[in-house]
Amino acid sequence: MTNVNKPLLEMRGISMHFGATKALDGVDFLCNAVEVHAVLGENGAGKSTLMKLIAGVLQPTSGDIQVDGERVSLSSPKAALRHGLVCMFQELSLVPDLTVRENLLLGARDSGLGWLRGNGLEAARDVLARIGGEDISFGARVADLTLPQRQQVEIAKAIMKKPRLLILDEATSALSASVVEKVFDLVREERDSGTAVLFISHRFHEIEALADTISVFRNGQRVETFAKGAHDYGAIINMMVGQKIEELFPPKPPVNPEAEVVLHVEGLTWEDRVKDVNLTVLRGQIVGLGGLDGQGQGAFMMGLFGLLRKTEGKTALEGTTTTISGPKAAKQPDVGLAYIPEDRKTEGLILDQSIEQNLELAALGRGDLDAGDPALYANSLEQLALKHGGLDLPVSSLSGGNQQKVVLAKWLALAPRCLLLADPTRGIDVKTKTQIYSILRKLADQGASVILLSTDYEELIQLCDEAHVFFNGEIVASLSGDDLTPQNIIAAALNVSATRDAAHA
Amino acid sequence: MLDYAKSNRREVIAAAVLIVLLTIYLGTHPRGASTYVMTIWANQCLILGLAACAQFFAVVVRGIDLSVGAVMALTNTIASYLLDGSPAGIAMGMVAVVGAGALCGLLNGVIVVFGRIQPIVVTLATASVFVGLALLLRPTPGGAVNYDLADAMTLDVLGIPTALVITAVVVFAFWLPFRRTGLGLGLYALGSSEQAAFQSGIDTRLVRLAAFTLAGVFAGLAGLFYSFVTTTGDAGIGPGFTLNSIAAVVLGGVLLRGGVGSLVGALAGAFILKTIASLMFFSGIPSLAQPLFEGLILAGAIAIGGADVLRARNKLEVFK
Repeated sequence: MTNVNKPLLEMRGISMHFGATKALDGVDFLCNAVEVHAVLGENGAGKSTLMKLIAGVLQPTSGDIQVDGERVSLSSPKAALRHGLVCMFQELSLVPDLTVRENLLLGARDSGLGWLRGNGLEAARDVLARIGGEDISFGARVADLTLPQRQQVEIAKAIMKKPRLLILDEATSALSASVVEKVFDLVREERDSGTAVLFISHRFHEIEALADTISVFRNGQRVETFAKGAHDYGAIINMMVGQKIEELFPPKPPVNPEAEVVLHVEGLTWEDRVKDVNLTVLRGQIVGLGGLDGQGQGAFMMGLFGLLRKTEGKTALEGTTTTISGPKAAKQPDVGLAYIPEDRKTEGLILDQSIEQNLELAALGRGDLDAGDPALYANSLEQLALKHGGLDLPVSSLSGGNQQKVVLAKWLALAPRCLLLADPTRGIDVKTKTQIYSILRKLADQGASVILLSTDYEELIQLCDEAHVFFNGEIVASLSGDDLTPQNIIAAALNVSATRDAAHA
Repeated sequence: MLDYAKSNRREVIAAAVLIVLLTIYLGTHPRGASTYVMTIWANQCLILGLAACAQFFAVVVRGIDLSVGAVMALTNTIASYLLDGSPAGIAMGMVAVVGAGALCGLLNGVIVVFGRIQPIVVTLATASVFVGLALLLRPTPGGAVNYDLADAMTLDVLGIPTALVITAVVVFAFWLPFRRTGLGLGLYALGSSEQAAFQSGIDTRLVRLAAFTLAGVFAGLAGLFYSFVTTTGDAGIGPGFTLNSIAAVVLGGVLLRGGVGSLVGALAGAFILKTIASLMFFSGIPSLAQPLFEGLILAGAIAIGGADVLRARNKLEVFK
């Protein structure tokens, strides 16, 4: 059936536009059977969009997709599945209220709306057993499973469909190293039996271990495809960034050790996600929080802003110990915190409301400010160079970068003492990123303090005066000055002990 | 067994509450636990039970059906014309009555799916349409239903109320097998996480259409059974049933956010609600105060269902 001479999947001239944003722009992409093809790129480079096109979740604005040399239309995940294209999604595709067994049944290749025979459940059980998931009960509700267990079920669900092309989009981000190794063995076996594998990961050592071919994406375009080993890390990183990194960031001023302490956190603990975290931020300082996704840095920030219940520990602002009961307390002038959440579309903005109305949201409830006064925002809007077609238009009409500027502007109007930013540049174009960097530095120079959570270690290195790396709820390394290097950050993020000593030395 | 009770705790709690209430009811009833008392009780319960089943199918896909009562009224008035005469004619009539319900549900589904309008708005509008049709058919209550058939459906089989037999058939011959089909799971998947359902390759539009059609079928069945109990057609029966069907599914542990609950729970919720009403009737509480007490009990039951929120440690989860 398979035509040996044709690539299994070929994409030609693929463009994908979301409004004004070009997620993919004229991309050609090939994928062969019996090959693990790694796709690399920064956040927002277009990798996930590419995968969604292949999986039938999105349809391209233009361009065509061929399977075995024949043009196909992937109008839904079901259609993609008919061609043997299976994606294990980064955002999990499991139904939380159904049991593991029911989820597997639903995902099976031959499942329709009729009676479910349960073909493939045995295979799924085998797969689970091989990747260290033998304890997962088929009768358990998915919502009651831990994140790693859910990922294991996702993997089993994908493999039981007997894919011809398997997409692993950050498939192992929550799994421990030993389980990852087992998953990789399984993937290699699938490859050797003729499956094509597309592999997205931000961890270089995983790509080193698994990939045969590597494609690098940047700003919605494929930069280069090459065999593993053809380029070293440095060259690959340059391809991903595409610009001398230093040019993106404002220069760092010298650290002023005499500056007064703005924020002092002692022993912040929440459930088992944040463990006894201490942090001190000086006036005019930009402090970075790093680490792999979900190591407690996000929860720490939410806890600081009063979003979590039953946190333990002490928070002091400019020497005064305070209890922050919630966002309303946190934004009052005696505390002066501002929190820019990770998901601007659902947590940062009300998309259907106008830019004006969104700007007023943070100042509402501050007795000393008149939220309706446009003068409150004029200054920060100018600084941020917000591009808009009128402040009365809905926020959803703006591009991602400009939306983020609105979130920033609404908080800057409150002149906060300390800004908490959760990955503010995720999915934002390079130009806006640069603007945001320079604004953050300017704010710091003007006397504000900034805590910046970032998944991009270049931000931690180039922008931050000091970076704390989280692992499993704890700060495992605090880096500054010459210690602030990619190697040290990555090693600390993976909790490799050698670097830990170096960091403390 | 313990696992089963744990994963179906909502149904187990509802069933336990029902048994306690029923025991009190039969204990306090002046005529005791006779077949006669049981039959009247079961008939009342099953009418609301079928309406609750209809509501369940809309709610489980994260919708709501405000036309349940209206469809009952329409099918009831249709039944009052068709359910008399030759056996074959009556059989056809029953099919037509349930078919009319299915069509009403399908119409709701088509507007919701293809018009991309919220179910609450759609069914509010169609409810008026259905009641309007019913009023055209029966401006005043009247008509007749074959008495032999009505008796057969609303009395007892060997001392067991027929209504309970029908309930058992719905649960064992329809619901339990249905739960194992792709459509059965698809309903839950859609209500729980539409995105995950779509990514798993489920045709979400078809499933939503099917859910509203099933809601129509059960509303039609409720209208049919109501006709057997009253043996007459009345276009004005709707409003009470719509709101009580929503109360019943909530009492039975079906979450209004979709994806959680079962038909068994919906039935149990309906039976509980009717039993409470019957208890009030014999308890000596003034009849004018009964809605007050029913409301308090309902509010209490819903509050227990919402207690999960207290366990959330991240305040943002409360809004999800």
